[in-house]
Amino acid sequence: MEAFTTHTGTAVPLRRSNVDTDQIIPAVWLKQVSRTGFEKGLFAAWREDPSFVLNDPAYAGGTVLVSGPDFGTGSSREHAVWALQQYGFRVVIAARFGDIFRNNSTKMGLLPVVLPGDKVEALQAAVEADPTLQVTVDLEGREVRWADETVPFEIDDYTRWRLLEGLDDIGLTLRHADDIAAYENGRQPWLPTTV
Amino acid sequence: MGRTLAEKVWEQHVVRRAEGEPDLLYIDLHLIHEVTSPQAFDGLRLAGRGVRRPDLTIATEDHNVPTVLGPISDPVSKTQVETLRKNAAEFGVRLHPMGDAGQGVVHIIGPQFGLTQPGMTIVCGDSHTSTHGAFGAIAFGIGTSEVEHVLATQTLPAYRPKTMAIEVSGELPPGVTAKDLILAIIARIGTGGGQGYIVEYRGEAVRKLSMEGRMTVCNMSIEAGARAGLIAPDETTFAYLEGRPHAPQGELWDQAVEYWKTLRTDDDAVFDKVVEIDASTLTPYVTWGTNPGQGLPLGESVPSPESFSDPVERAAAERALEYMGLTAGTPLREVEVDTVFVGSCTNGRIEDLRAAAEILRGRQVKTRTLIVPGSMLVKLQAEQEGLHEVFRSAGAEWREAGCSMCLGMNPDTLQPGERSASTSNRNFEGRQGKGGRTHLVSPQVAAATAVTGRLTAPADL
Repeated sequence: MEAFTTHTGTAVPLRRSNVDTDQIIPAVWLKQVSRTGFEKGLFAAWREDPSFVLNDPAYAGGTVLVSGPDFGTGSSREHAVWALQQYGFRVVIAARFGDIFRNNSTKMGLLPVVLPGDKVEALQAAVEADPTLQVTVDLEGREVRWADETVPFEIDDYTRWRLLEGLDDIGLTLRHADDIAAYENGRQPWLPTTV
Repeated sequence: MGRTLAEKVWEQHVVRRAEGEPDLLYIDLHLIHEVTSPQAFDGLRLAGRGVRRPDLTIATEDHNVPTVLGPISDPVSKTQVETLRKNAAEFGVRLHPMGDAGQGVVHIIGPQFGLTQPGMTIVCGDSHTSTHGAFGAIAFGIGTSEVEHVLATQTLPAYRPKTMAIEVSGELPPGVTAKDLILAIIARIGTGGGQGYIVEYRGEAVRKLSMEGRMTVCNMSIEAGARAGLIAPDETTFAYLEGRPHAPQGELWDQAVEYWKTLRTDDDAVFDKVVEIDASTLTPYVTWGTNPGQGLPLGESVPSPESFSDPVERAAAERALEYMGLTAGTPLREVEVDTVFVGSCTNGRIEDLRAAAEILRGRQVKTRTLIVPGSMLVKLQAEQEGLHEVFRSAGAEWREAGCSMCLGMNPDTLQPGERSASTSNRNFEGRQGKGGRTHLVSPQVAAATAVTGRLTAPADL
């Protein structure tokens, strides 16, 4: 996983709520067996509308997506995270995220940042007023900064550490292979196997 | 202090707990399908890792498969299905491919084989894994990185979600189903209402549900934002399980049942949140918008965006009405549909097909109507009961097992602007095909709607 410490870039305001993962990457894109090329499918249906924010040249090159609440609800497809990352986003800011999407993001190094709804709106308005606005997302300091605003955000210590170090979860878990083996020896005898 | 059901099941599966870290949770069953697994198997190969417990893993083909006989014509889908076959063979995972008697929607086959049992932890790279919570299991959807993690370690690092009780008092009135109940719950708490929680569905109305009904309720927990939903096991659960191929037998059955009976929330346990619903006040529900929380009783009218005080909800309603091509104030019963879909992991079980058949018996459909069994075994059972003849006589299409029109990944899709009444779980924009418009309903309402061509409850016929 790519490490995440501090990121500064321009932002894209997405003034929609309940941005489900079917919108982020429509199902037809999920048939690929590789991990690359998903940027073309990002918001594919919405991007057909010339007025959609990603089609606005003012926001080209934005790396921080600032969305309405309940971003990433619905399907568990990690392809949504891959599409956002491959398009160029490093951070998504919203007042609330779908659980599975948020989990998937932290496995891949896309930082989901929860800010209060009024702060999300303030940031969206600031970006709309000046699309060149530089937004800094500081994972070490757990805060988002733009203009003269500094807004703290919460993230658990463990996830933050993994992201800062860019650590692979599987490698971390395999350090505890003995614990797993010990647990397996004590499992209830009636539990089913698929064989 | 007592513990909730979710806490008991969680604690039973903690492999390792350390200060400041998520629990390392053991996974009893890992379900796999073609869409979210290829990159996970690739990851294993790249790292030189194997599947730790192929004997706790099972795969099937469901999302991509056509529901008419014959090969997959779409070359991209075909490659994905073939990739699953290669991976299953290489890593020694049991697979039920297209055409196999055990093939079906991943969340239908687990319970039907008796692989889904009380007190287990179950994961799958699919958000509707919550379905298995109907048996008193903690079951939740994961992404591809976590699929790879479970394949490699049979565990997941996770923080225990908070607990929520949804207490459903009273009895569901006749003609009101488990689907109506869960649509009403989602409309009440919203698509984010369950976020961060495992929901336990409790109360008289829940106890009276069949296993099929309980699966329908738990299936849509994710639509309320919950990580998982579960229901304490009871005699209904045990009766469903007994004799299934992978259920314990003999003395182990007795031991298991003794343990399963302890899987209930203690009387003095405290939930982090409690929501109360009176089942006796419910009527058939239908969604009008583009998220599953935008639902209303069928007797109501399309709402006006101005009726929402919250500006975010108002904007969402405005956008939803535009996408859905609906005008505020139109009675929902006057909304005309082009296609009816009965099936999916939400409502593709035998009881759902029986309910639809009962309404279609001796009647004719006015819409294109797809009846898609959730698994080959459901199909076989329906045919043994003669349900397929009822559907065909009514003018409906009787299909092979698969996810079908739930998600727009296989040939069963809506055309742009087409409107469906669908027993599936998501009414998102484009979910059933680009530009398609979805109204989520129960199998009973779906069947009645097929007969009239407008959103209709069976009692209206």
